[in-house]
Amino acid sequence: MATYRTDGWIALGDPTRRAIFERIAERPQAVGELARELPVSRPAVSQHLRVLKEAGLVSDRPDGTRRIYQLDPAGLESLRAQLDRFWTRALANYKAVAEQRPEEVS
Amino acid sequence: MTTQAQDTSVRTQTVVDVPIDRAFAVFTEQFDSIKPREHNMLGVDIAETVFEPREGGRIYDRGVDGSECHWARVLAYEPPDRVVFSWDISPRWQIETDHAKTSEVEVRFISETPDRTRVELEHRRLDRHGDGWESERDGVGGEGGWPLYLQRFSELAKD
Repeated sequence: MATYRTDGWIALGDPTRRAIFERIAERPQAVGELARELPVSRPAVSQHLRVLKEAGLVSDRPDGTRRIYQLDPAGLESLRAQLDRFWTRALANYKAVAEQRPEEVS
Repeated sequence: MTTQAQDTSVRTQTVVDVPIDRAFAVFTEQFDSIKPREHNMLGVDIAETVFEPREGGRIYDRGVDGSECHWARVLAYEPPDRVVFSWDISPRWQIETDHAKTSEVEVRFISETPDRTRVELEHRRLDRHGDGWESERDGVGGEGGWPLYLQRFSELAKD
């Protein structure tokens, strides 16, 4: 199945991007702050932010000479990424329950 | 399939080694064990998630203090082939009372062999949640609902 643009789920498949995403979710912040907290270079953080932005997971706004990154609450991709997680996990639970032997079912 | 349909849906599937009748029954009768428990809009822990097995039924979480959070309506109940329910939860993880702004989840059960069933889940029409997001967004300012969201997302992401 073709993907037409960066998918939120794929964007969050990278551990560094997920770490960046989770930090932004805790509070909006600038590239410099993220780079200080993470073992990656500032240009690398910028690159990851660009992917997250293209995926519709984060948005940015100017703050003086900096840009502040925050989660995009209206992002359809953000919603899809969450729901994809939710249902993937639900179906994993489902498979485990369905394939229990009957005497194991509580 | 159009690009739009792709973008406004989430699809996932699994195959279970049980007959279709049991596959359907497990999903609807043991939904309490299936729904990720940390996904909770009540102020207290969830005692159980109730799936009322009929068209027009409801799906709700019941808290340990007896409070209830009704977050879905059963739109179609067709054992053993299909069940459809609404998703009355806004992108900010609050109950959406305007049904025009809710999405829906269809679960299809397809018999592959007498002892094996494919289960396809599609959460679709996600764009319907988008109506009015812009105005909500100005009021919310990216705060408010987000700490709660973060907590849940982190729990989901760390498995």
